[in-house]
Amino acid sequence: MSFQPVKFYQTGTFTVGNRLLAPEERSVQASGKRFNSINSGHRACQGCGEALGARYAIDAAMEATQGQLIAANATGCLEVFSTPYPETSWQIPWIHSLFGNTAAVATGIAAALKIKQKKNPRAQEIRVVAQGGDGGTTDIGFGCLSGMFERNDDVLYICYDNGGYMNTGVQRSSATPPAARTATTMAVGPEPGNAFGQGKFLPAIAMAHEIPYVATATVADLRDLEAKVRRAMEIRGARYIHILVPCPLGWGTYSNETIKMARLAKETGIFPVFEAEHGEIKSALAIRRQLPVEDYLKPQKRYAHLFGKQPNVAVIAKLQALADRNIRKYKLLEGV
Amino acid sequence: MEKPFAITLDPGSSLANRTGSWRTYKPVYLDRLPPCNATCPAGENIQGWLFHAESGDYEAAWRSLTENNPLPAIMGRVCYHPCEGACNRQHVDSAVGINSIERFLGDEAIKRNWQFVKPATQSGKRVLVVGAGPSGLSAAYHLARLGHTVEIQEAGPFAGGMMRFGIPKYRLPRDVIEAEVQRIVNLGVTITLNAKVSNIDESMKAGKFDAAFLAVGAHIGKRAYIPAGTAAKVVDAISVLRSMEGEEKPMLGRRVVVYGGGNTAIDVARSVKRMGAEPIIVYRRTRDKAPAHDFEIEEALQEGVMVKWLSTIKQAEEGEITIEKMALDDKGFPQPTGEFETLAADSVVLALGQDVDLGLLDGVPGLDVKDGTVQVGPNMMTGHAGIFAGGDMVPSERTVTVGVGHGKKAARHIDAWLKGETYVPPPKHEIAGIEKLNTWYYSEAPHVVRPTLDILRRQSTFEEVVGGLDETNALFEARRCLSCGNCFECDNCYGVCPDNAVIKLGPGKRFEFNYDYCKGCGVCVAECPCGAIKMVPEEN
Repeated sequence: MSFQPVKFYQTGTFTVGNRLLAPEERSVQASGKRFNSINSGHRACQGCGEALGARYAIDAAMEATQGQLIAANATGCLEVFSTPYPETSWQIPWIHSLFGNTAAVATGIAAALKIKQKKNPRAQEIRVVAQGGDGGTTDIGFGCLSGMFERNDDVLYICYDNGGYMNTGVQRSSATPPAARTATTMAVGPEPGNAFGQGKFLPAIAMAHEIPYVATATVADLRDLEAKVRRAMEIRGARYIHILVPCPLGWGTYSNETIKMARLAKETGIFPVFEAEHGEIKSALAIRRQLPVEDYLKPQKRYAHLFGKQPNVAVIAKLQALADRNIRKYKLLEGV
Repeated sequence: MEKPFAITLDPGSSLANRTGSWRTYKPVYLDRLPPCNATCPAGENIQGWLFHAESGDYEAAWRSLTENNPLPAIMGRVCYHPCEGACNRQHVDSAVGINSIERFLGDEAIKRNWQFVKPATQSGKRVLVVGAGPSGLSAAYHLARLGHTVEIQEAGPFAGGMMRFGIPKYRLPRDVIEAEVQRIVNLGVTITLNAKVSNIDESMKAGKFDAAFLAVGAHIGKRAYIPAGTAAKVVDAISVLRSMEGEEKPMLGRRVVVYGGGNTAIDVARSVKRMGAEPIIVYRRTRDKAPAHDFEIEEALQEGVMVKWLSTIKQAEEGEITIEKMALDDKGFPQPTGEFETLAADSVVLALGQDVDLGLLDGVPGLDVKDGTVQVGPNMMTGHAGIFAGGDMVPSERTVTVGVGHGKKAARHIDAWLKGETYVPPPKHEIAGIEKLNTWYYSEAPHVVRPTLDILRRQSTFEEVVGGLDETNALFEARRCLSCGNCFECDNCYGVCPDNAVIKLGPGKRFEFNYDYCKGCGVCVAECPCGAIKMVPEEN
């Protein structure tokens, strides 16, 4: 486990805060003085998981660096909804980049800060974050990102994974899960939806680079997410955090189900929540109340084709097998 | 202003974009009625006082509790806690031990000598309360807090009514009654003992009372016709329990047959067991049909009380009785089988229910007496203006808690009546059922079990059977409360809003929505643990 849970106190560390806890025991999000790095008025859909995940992560990073943070942002939903010219929702130093080169832009900022340190040692207090969606990270920006990892540049890269290109009309990305329907993987033919055996799980690729820190998180486990960002900011070198952010539009869920879907992804084992250092797994967030994958799939319209008059038992079983493999591989039932 | 190359507009904040206009539904904070509060016969705000207990402020918790019920130490021992039966936590693990926390607060108040706050002003009105049982004490307390001058006239030698003469010591130690009654006296209530009101009209005129509340209870044991030999000893349960309070303990012999299946039957059996006798309960139906609470039957059986289910007494003679076996028919009624059995018995105690002594009402016009009880309106007033009644003497369930509830309700109506007004209770909030809650957010926490007295000591002494909680486990138990329907400031709504549209107002002040930016996604409602937010359609 990435953080020390509060044992009881009615809601323990499950809620954002709790009046019974001392202020320092509450999450960054519970504070009336949180940075609100991404402010109100952004144009994300109702119940956007990415807007929420970005505030969780960047607020935690701002807290950890006492506000000494520069963010480079890949094109994608996050950029489109937060910065339609001439407005911006960002209350931090923030730079727009192209769809595919965010990691390289962040590398450049980190390099510039290194040079600046020669004249002003305080420049080393300034930290760099790069962020993007799964399309900009796992597909288009993958080359730049791999280079950033391989050079061990002092950047924290955060990927907000909603499983597709959502703002352009829900097209498939290499992070789209198998069997999911998107505009480019229609629910037609003998094997409807996205194909099995394709795509990639970037956290595992990042681990293969043996960079100092790799972690996954979801918007349903705030304490865990904040602890991971905090941990990442304690380390110099290339770091990667992959956050699952449900998308009501692309997943076909109700806007109020965003956190519930992230919770179900974790509790079914569909999305493993863990952290790794130098290529080795250090901890996993244990499943609290294990559930079958149907509970996660059924509320989502992108899987509706699995639950017609004749449920597609074979495909559901394959998805359950993937979840079971995650549970085995990352020891999700016991936690590490 | 000179702008850099290719820049035509000033940079602006997205705050200019009022996303609240997207909304078709909006979230609103509300207080729902927790099922415990909804069920409490005394109308306690249980969730409200647990809220204070959770933070360790026991005095605030006790003060909040006593807004509705002046007898928490008693209630924490003898209430049958329907609240726990309704508690939403039973759907998570097991119900919150509300009763044990109430007792802890009551005991803490006695230990620390917390007193009630006297009213700032006096109304000058005088109210007579007849009977110092739970209902009368509760009414007197509430009337006194409303500024009226109250005198309780009690027929018996001690205050407490059925709590003293009906409930054995092993369930309710007498010093606890003394302490809680004394606190009501300290508030300014006069209690006159050994003062039987034989004519209410005369007593009211004599004391210049403006209104009266009658709560004389039901103290006359019901008799059933049992053919009995002249030497057979047949007594009623209430007089047995009453005599336990005196110097002379009842002479019942060794083999005592208790006839009946209610709580009083169990109380008598358990009491005589403690005096060294061998009680046998004879009841005409089965255990699951018995009106006694099952935990009391269980405790009695543990202590060695014997029970003959499905049996009626046909004949009582000196030293023995004849019982007939019964069988339940299709409708669940017991029918005789013609099979007889003889039991050794030195005495028979009839625990068949109690009647009300209505003598004091003789000659009062306008009263409606039906089935041995006084009929009252929804405002607890009898057919005679200015005379109110409650507790066991009016038709209702006969428990201490119901009595306390009657006292409170009557006090409010008496107060309004004295002012020439009508008391209209505030509208009730909608119920916070389990489906309104998101129980994911509550920590796993099994119920704290109260210590129970060793079985050998239970069979031979009148020491209290069930122990209390200490401060650490009382705090733990209080924090098991889910706070159903009422914000407990967990910061979830504030944290989970993707649009920063929740404003945190600070400790104790809860939260507020910023409708300029709230898009109406409903995440806050879905993730509120306690169901204190709901979505309502926008009007336009």
